[in-house]
Amino acid sequence: MKTAVIVFPGSNCDRDLAVALEQVTGRAPAMVWHKESELPEGTEFVGLPGGFSYGDYLRSGAMAARSPIIRAVIDAANRGLPVIGVCNGFQVLTETGLLPGALMRNARLNFVSRPVPLIVENSQTLFTSGYSQGETIHIPVAHHDGNYQAHAETLDRLEGQGRVAFRYAADVNGSARNIAGILNDSGNVLGMMPHPERAIEPAHGSTDGRRLFEGLLETVA
Amino acid sequence: MKARVFITLKPGVLDPQGKAIHHALEGLGFSGVNDVRAGKLIELDVEDSTSDSDIEAMCRKLLANTVIENFRVERGG
Repeated sequence: MKTAVIVFPGSNCDRDLAVALEQVTGRAPAMVWHKESELPEGTEFVGLPGGFSYGDYLRSGAMAARSPIIRAVIDAANRGLPVIGVCNGFQVLTETGLLPGALMRNARLNFVSRPVPLIVENSQTLFTSGYSQGETIHIPVAHHDGNYQAHAETLDRLEGQGRVAFRYAADVNGSARNIAGILNDSGNVLGMMPHPERAIEPAHGSTDGRRLFEGLLETVA
Repeated sequence: MKARVFITLKPGVLDPQGKAIHHALEGLGFSGVNDVRAGKLIELDVEDSTSDSDIEAMCRKLLANTVIENFRVERGG
């Protein structure tokens, strides 16, 4: 599978994501700088990494969501290309409008950095076929703005359409309905605050993140 | 010409920052503060020919996230 990782000034999980993708797919991803205006020919999957793009200026993800490469990512996502946004990448996806809602300051204002239990709410997606429905997995979070909020009707729609991919098993940051990860309506765009790329090898303390990329590889390739 | 853009959280949107400021005010002994909401002020220096709708477009496209925020523009000065 030919993958690409978008790199913004201030991204800091881009290399972790690249290592995870290379381990799972056997092929190093293309690292695509934010000033590029096109994805490499034949890209089959795009990852928006965690970090603090543009220093979180204005709002987390706001500047990155207006960068030149993002127009290409939006076009590709609208054509059905699988896209994952992790942490800051999730914030970027909500800022582009590819995903609904917003990620606000954590309810207790603290930066949360620890492994958290997540419930797989929908295992029938491009990204979650490596998990069982309702399974509890352990993946680290590290964020200050992970408090997912959206209108009640939007939340109902997300839940009704099976678009909540992951839910925190217990409150982590004040997110509405403990939502940790959501999909767009066609199911090819996933945004999640937890970092699957940090749960790849036994030394990471959990390998539960690996199955996300393995599942994706199986469904896409 | 100056245009000042005031960005505030929509009513009902939880404002943890405002809450923390409120607690700090109480900690300093100020009583009678019922609520605190924190927002942003962005000052633009624009050409006189810049229309209201141009500034509104800037707000909608970038300055405010209208999912959670309202904005108000004051011109002049």
